[in-house]
Amino acid sequence: MDTILKNLKNFTAKRKVGVIPGFGLSIGITITLISFIVVIPLLSVLVAISGFTWKEFWDCITDKMVLHAYQVSFVCSFIAALINCVFGLILAWVLTRYKFPGRRLLDGLIELPFALPTAVAGIALTTIYADQGWIGSLFKPLGVKISYTLIGITIALIFIGIPFVVRSVQPVLEKLDSQYEEAAEMLGASRLRTFFKVIFPEILPALLTGFGLAFSRGLGEYGSVVFIAGNIPYKTQIAPLIIMGKLEQFSYAGATAIALVMIVFAFILLFAINFIQGRMNKAAKNS
Amino acid sequence: MYVELRNVNKTFGSFKALDEISISIEKGTLVALLGPSGSGKTTILRSIAGLERPDSGEIYIDGKLVNDIPAAKRGVGFVFQNYALFRYMTVFDNIAFGLKIQKHSKEYIEKRVSELISLIGLEGLEKRYPHQLSGGQKQRVAFARALAPNPHLLLLDEPFAAIDAKIRKELRTWLRETISKVGITSIFVTHDQEEAIEVSDKIILTNNGRIEQTGSPLEIYRNPKTPFAAKFVGEGTSISNYDKIRGFQITKGFSSAIIRPEFVGVSKPGKSLYPNTTDRGVVESSFFRGNSQELHIHLYGIKIIADYSLEEEPFQIGEAVDVIINRLFLYNESQVLSVENQNLKNINSVVI
Amino acid sequence: MKQEIKSSVTRIVLIALCVIFVGVMLIVPLASVLVYSLREGWEVFSSTISDKYTIAALKLTLYAAVIAVAFNTIFGLFSSWAITKFRFKGKNFLTTLIDIPFAISPVIAGLIFILIFGRIGWAYDFFNNHSIKVVFAVPGIVLATIFVTFPFISRELIPLMHSQGSEEEEAAALMGAKGLTIYRRITLPHIKWGLLYGIILCTARALGEFGAVSVVSGKIRGKTNTLPLHVEQLFQEFHLTASFAAASILVLIAIIILILKNIVEYKGKKEENFRVR
Repeated sequence: MDTILKNLKNFTAKRKVGVIPGFGLSIGITITLISFIVVIPLLSVLVAISGFTWKEFWDCITDKMVLHAYQVSFVCSFIAALINCVFGLILAWVLTRYKFPGRRLLDGLIELPFALPTAVAGIALTTIYADQGWIGSLFKPLGVKISYTLIGITIALIFIGIPFVVRSVQPVLEKLDSQYEEAAEMLGASRLRTFFKVIFPEILPALLTGFGLAFSRGLGEYGSVVFIAGNIPYKTQIAPLIIMGKLEQFSYAGATAIALVMIVFAFILLFAINFIQGRMNKAAKNS
Repeated sequence: MYVELRNVNKTFGSFKALDEISISIEKGTLVALLGPSGSGKTTILRSIAGLERPDSGEIYIDGKLVNDIPAAKRGVGFVFQNYALFRYMTVFDNIAFGLKIQKHSKEYIEKRVSELISLIGLEGLEKRYPHQLSGGQKQRVAFARALAPNPHLLLLDEPFAAIDAKIRKELRTWLRETISKVGITSIFVTHDQEEAIEVSDKIILTNNGRIEQTGSPLEIYRNPKTPFAAKFVGEGTSISNYDKIRGFQITKGFSSAIIRPEFVGVSKPGKSLYPNTTDRGVVESSFFRGNSQELHIHLYGIKIIADYSLEEEPFQIGEAVDVIINRLFLYNESQVLSVENQNLKNINSVVI
Repeated sequence: MKQEIKSSVTRIVLIALCVIFVGVMLIVPLASVLVYSLREGWEVFSSTISDKYTIAALKLTLYAAVIAVAFNTIFGLFSSWAITKFRFKGKNFLTTLIDIPFAISPVIAGLIFILIFGRIGWAYDFFNNHSIKVVFAVPGIVLATIFVTFPFISRELIPLMHSQGSEEEEAAALMGAKGLTIYRRITLPHIKWGLLYGIILCTARALGEFGAVSVVSGKIRGKTNTLPLHVEQLFQEFHLTASFAAASILVLIAIIILILKNIVEYKGKKEENFRVR
């Protein structure tokens, strides 16, 4: 007991570095709140899953319908994130490099998907991309259906993911000295070559971060996708919808098992993004 | 002793920042903590201020053990390297901050601040914000802010590091004069030997978390006690085969020597007053240094530096040159030995 | 000359591409909500938005958002202080923990609270004995909203405070200033725009949260229905115009938030430039 007290005293003494007050209070509140809001709730998933036998768990997460839903989520998020990388890069480029009337408005609109409730985006997208909708009716004669198909899901995920890419790349482009590009041009490099050889490597980590964030958001996204997906098993059912479906049938164990798989995947992505950002910060410090 | 450190240790993770540091500083002196980066000088300063807590050892200020006294109660003024002026406060509010915390009367605060503003010569700029000041002005405000609550001890962390070279010289003189006017015991950290030599009464030379040497600037410059002190202070070139130089023999236990520019005498070939002790070198390059010419001379496989008066006939690059080495600092891992040119000694004795 | 023409063509093409993308992907959906909501005339529109269920849903949404934003502001202020002003072991781990709610699906965010407070949850008995209903009731909605918006403010403040360092705070503390004085006089002026920015983003997300809330709400009209849930219900019941009318309230809030966000961002940037210079 004594040694514990001593250790504890040591611990607090060691932490008391410097003169800035409030370490105990702020770290105490921080850890308490994180515990109650994040850690304990997440650990509850493990508690809930412990009632499962391994076989039940495995069967549940490898059910054919579930596997198909993962696949839909994964493929649509991936494609949407890729498309966002292309348009996000162009948008970030245009917003940082060109001055034109309406630039500030365009810039301000980028965060619309963050500001607009996802359910609102969901019903709006579903309606305009439906067969009679503003845009859906343009594609109907071509035999392309958008709402209630994988294309619809991808469009919703593009909508939700675009700000992540733009806002990751934009600050890096802003900081990138234009002298850098000028130097490359002076050396006779063509514009395209300058872009791919000089600028692209600089913004690649930021682009990857944006991709990761958009992809991760896409995997978990519910509100904007649920309407346009239509929830057709083996076709347009996404992973979060399966969880929702299981919950509605009060199949908590099944929902939890699938949730666990998604959490594990989300963590892997989170660590990957943190890793890239860590390297970016280091590179920025070294330069 | 006014400020005293006894066997102070501090580690950051696995890095030993301070290793059994013991220092004593007399009242009323202006002391420089000089050393390369990572040598522990800033950690010593921050420990005295109370910004860092040593792992072990004692720190005394004015005879009182201050280890457990919070920084704010130590009666210490601190000038930060980048000044840390409060960016959202005017010059006046910056200087008045400490006084307001001490709950002084409004009249007193106004009197004291205007006193300090005239001390630092910034009358009329009270309402400015830090970003509207030049580097030198910021530095003066930081100085006044630290002095406002009447501390007994003033600590300055690299006070000139962030200032243009030209203003730096002027500010050094100003700081030295102002500190002696105020009469406050002061310690400042610097990595610039010239600064330490010019400004301080006493230098504490640090390296690898240890004290290398303590003494007056002249003492440290003239009689370095450790190889590090010999190499770090003053400009010098290392030479291993120093017995080739005329007038010197190998001294047992010392394998290398340092040649400082002021040890080197230069003359046109054959024009030396002591022809029997000159070495023949070649001028590699020369630089105009404002009040003298700096010659880089190739001699016995190394490059030595010499100062050459502008009054004399200038050297061309590639020209042969006669060099006399008056003195060498011989050194090994732990000792330094100052030896004079044997031949010159003999000549001098003959002349007298 | 040729190069210049080429580059101005690239410029025009790229700008046009951006305008089309933003137009089709962002503006059209926004406009469609307003157009569809007024399709059956002003009467239907105004009767929907003055409907008692709509108003109850709006109230609940605002209620949950205010609590969540207040809670997360407190968390953001303390956690950013702890993380940026002190050295301690496990700091990186702590920052990763804060980010978790961003990484996982809102549906899972709802699920975890069911696993605690629901009929099968380990805390169910305790709360049931004290006759407190958490899940399928207002507390559950508030909790889920807090979880989903948890990182917003601290994530905004931590990089900001990191880049500003701690020297000013140290200087103030050396002169004997107490914690609250330091915070109010030194730190807060530096971070006020960042803080406001974080609060605005947090509010936007809290008002619009759908997935997590939809899991824990139970969707009882007039009681546990938030505005986004109300929009969904109307839509699923094929009351399309009514659904869009209710959605238009949220669109209006979103536009206001977007404008506020841009103002705050502009002011913050201006002040930053001012300071650096």
